[in-house]
Amino acid sequence: MAQISLQNLRKIYPNGFEAVQPTNFDIADGEFVVLVGPSGCGKSTLLRMVAGLEDITEGSLSINGRQVNNVDPADRDIAMVFQNYALYPHMTVRKNIGYGLKNRKTAPAEIEAKVQEAAKMLNLVEYLDRKPSQLSGGQRQRVAMGRAVVRDPALFLFDEPLSNLDAKLRHQMRIEIKSLQRRLGVTSIYVTHDQVEAMTMADRIIVLNGGQIEQIGTPAEIYHAPASTFVASFMGAPPMNLVEGRLDTGQVMIGDGIALGNAEGTGPVTVGIRPEDVELNDQGSLMFTVDLVEELGAHRLLHGRLAGQPFTVHVGKEVVVGAGDAAVNIKPDSIRLFDVETGAAR
Amino acid sequence: MTDISQDPHATPARRIKWGRVLDHAILIVGSLFMLIPLLVVLQTTTTTDIETIKNGPELLIGTQFDDNFMKAMFKASGFSGENTGTSMLINSMILGLGFALGKIVIGMMAAYALVYFRLRFATFAFWLIFTTLLLPLEVRILPSYEIAQKLSLLNTYTGLIVPLIASATATFFFRQYFRSVPEELVEAARIDGAGPVKFFIDILVPLSQTMIAAMFIIMFVFGWNQYLWPTMVTTEEGMYTLVRGIKQLTQDLEGTNIPEYGRANMLALIAILPPVAVVIFFQSWFVKGLTESDK
Amino acid sequence: MKRAGFTTRWLPILLLLPQLLIIAVFFYWPAVHAVQSSFFLQDPFGFGSSFVGLDNYRDLAGSGEYIKIARFTLLFTVLVTFFSLGLALLLAVKADNVIRGARSYRTLLMWVYAVAPPVAGFIGLLMFNQSWGPLTEMARAIGWDFKLGVNFNDTATAMVIVSVWKQVPVNFIFFLSGLQSIPKSVREAALIDNRSAVGRFWDVTFPLLAPTGFFLLIINITYALFDTFGIIDTLVKGEPGNNPMTLVYKVYVDGFRGNDLGGSSAQSVVLMVLVLALTVFQFRLIERRIHYT
Repeated sequence: MAQISLQNLRKIYPNGFEAVQPTNFDIADGEFVVLVGPSGCGKSTLLRMVAGLEDITEGSLSINGRQVNNVDPADRDIAMVFQNYALYPHMTVRKNIGYGLKNRKTAPAEIEAKVQEAAKMLNLVEYLDRKPSQLSGGQRQRVAMGRAVVRDPALFLFDEPLSNLDAKLRHQMRIEIKSLQRRLGVTSIYVTHDQVEAMTMADRIIVLNGGQIEQIGTPAEIYHAPASTFVASFMGAPPMNLVEGRLDTGQVMIGDGIALGNAEGTGPVTVGIRPEDVELNDQGSLMFTVDLVEELGAHRLLHGRLAGQPFTVHVGKEVVVGAGDAAVNIKPDSIRLFDVETGAAR
Repeated sequence: MTDISQDPHATPARRIKWGRVLDHAILIVGSLFMLIPLLVVLQTTTTTDIETIKNGPELLIGTQFDDNFMKAMFKASGFSGENTGTSMLINSMILGLGFALGKIVIGMMAAYALVYFRLRFATFAFWLIFTTLLLPLEVRILPSYEIAQKLSLLNTYTGLIVPLIASATATFFFRQYFRSVPEELVEAARIDGAGPVKFFIDILVPLSQTMIAAMFIIMFVFGWNQYLWPTMVTTEEGMYTLVRGIKQLTQDLEGTNIPEYGRANMLALIAILPPVAVVIFFQSWFVKGLTESDK
Repeated sequence: MKRAGFTTRWLPILLLLPQLLIIAVFFYWPAVHAVQSSFFLQDPFGFGSSFVGLDNYRDLAGSGEYIKIARFTLLFTVLVTFFSLGLALLLAVKADNVIRGARSYRTLLMWVYAVAPPVAGFIGLLMFNQSWGPLTEMARAIGWDFKLGVNFNDTATAMVIVSVWKQVPVNFIFFLSGLQSIPKSVREAALIDNRSAVGRFWDVTFPLLAPTGFFLLIINITYALFDTFGIIDTLVKGEPGNNPMTLVYKVYVDGFRGNDLGGSSAQSVVLMVLVLALTVFQFRLIERRIHYT
């Protein structure tokens, strides 16, 4: 078990590119933290610095209060699951799982016992003598998990472990990984570009963009109170609607003087509204023009325009609507305001 | 009335595809073009020398195969009496195996250093090594000979093998292969506590098995077939390889004595057989190794 | 280099050492030596040498014999390259077409790869034997009195034929593997777009094989220039006399037999420059190859 602390951690590549700007955060014992962001945002570099696979340019990384900047990956008491699993192709599942223990001079009988235990936990017992090439994608993923679990590490690191699986299997593995982590109570850092994974698995989410942290918070906080337009549009599918508006005489206005609610201040502002915070209502005060209905079974997405700007509305399956104009209402207190220049929430 | 059922075009399945026949005809002619010279050699190893001198190759299988084989393996033609087929076969084996082994071991080590380590002078070492791909041994043959002479390597196995290893074909090949090995493998191994030596022995070498086999076949054939360098560096008949010995065979056929076609052709056959057998038996590895080396 | 390379200091140096040592002694030393001695004139009796600057090169350029050999080498290279590439392409396309016996054909057409050039030359001596060689008899049947080792043109013809025989298999292997790596979907698309098999070959297959072809072109030129040494040496039975020879053979004859070290070294340097030019050309082509894949 471990708590992790990053202080002003920074990565500059030899070519001068700053992949990670000075970063600070702490992870509590047993916590499941997800680093999420688009590709190239520095999330993998950050994870690899924690693993010791990438040199730390500046700052300090400590695990359980011990600074580990210059400690070899093998001595950091971590385990890592890779995107392509990185199984040793010429070794059986048994040897793959036990290789790390063997290198730590564990007694063969003890290795066997631990491998059996891990295999049982992951439903791999009957595959122990197979080679990775004889396994399905999901089974390989489990072997990679087994290799991490068997070592009983202080910290799990996951580098996009599910992105090579198909949608159905990904959903299943998401639940398995999360429940396994709960059961073992091991502190975990999980990197993904998939915001659904981040929302469903994380105790706490760290949203990264362009090498710096945009927001840290629980999934609910991130979703309901995004700290910037970037977070607002990155988290949630479909993303939050962002509409150009302005503040005038204590009112939030869009289009030709349509008032959405009360707010202090003056000047232009970006207005954020989640698609499910809009309801169709014949008495509604706003006119929404539906261009296209996206049928999703359990619900529908209406794509169209509000006050001349692209806008999406999320409605339940019981609401039947076609293309054309519809009156809508926006739920009170659901409006988020962002600075036009910086994109920061205000 | 015409009987329709006799129309050969009525059942397309039975129609002879002339295109296919032509394909096969061309392939058969091509195969014969490659094969007939070998059959000529084979035929003349079964007849007496007199028979061959009189009639040349014929369409019959003689009875002298055993006799010619014994002459080829145990009779010497030179002055010292040391260049028997047996001794030349042994030398060819030593050259082929030694060359292949040396090339692979040295190449793998160098490629491992270049791909998997952070080295200050890696780029410099890379260029130093890969410039050797540019100049074949043939264009620097005389100075190489002088240096072998200075180091008193003439008529030694070291002198025969080591200078031939001084090019980076295997290193280049393994470098390409190592680079195609997923990055995460070495990362996973490092987290699993494997150091550089352990990673090489436990993971990289077993992983490269097929590549090593392919390289070994190509290098064995290449080493076995060397001619110019062995011709220069070995002057003692006891050091001759089979391919090196060919020169003496051709000169013998010109001599004043009765040309020993049976023995000479048998030796040529023995020089051909091992590398050809290796290439045929390990065909798929060999083809893979050869065609992937250019990528 | 891998992004998470090992940082151990001494190990990589130890790993590189054997390779660097061998190429230093047997590659760079001789190469430098060759360039150096091309500027010197060796005393024929072995009493030292004197600096003559570019004289050795001037002698080469002014030597009618050298120019003649260079011309022959060029012609020889063109013929060997053309015929071994052409034949191999034809056979590879046909071998790719057939299903029955494909494996046997492949084996029969590639085994000669493993035959050493001088052994190929030796077999050539049998095939062109003056009194009963099968190929001499075939030539005689069409009224050609073939005299290997006596008539310049006849000897040259034999050299080309044996060299082509030895080189077809390599080209065949590469062409066949090139053909087999053309995706099935591309062939099927071509089958729908073009009714004529010949048209399909020139419009689709041939352009897709072009990268392999360019690569092989360089390989074949290098082969004709250097690797045919064994074939030539055997066919002329080590006695060049008035027989045709290539530039590499001339280096050997002058340096090893004639003891003209300076002249031979100058010739080596000329060949080095030639190979370097070829290699630069090849790298350019490899860069172009990337576009295709």
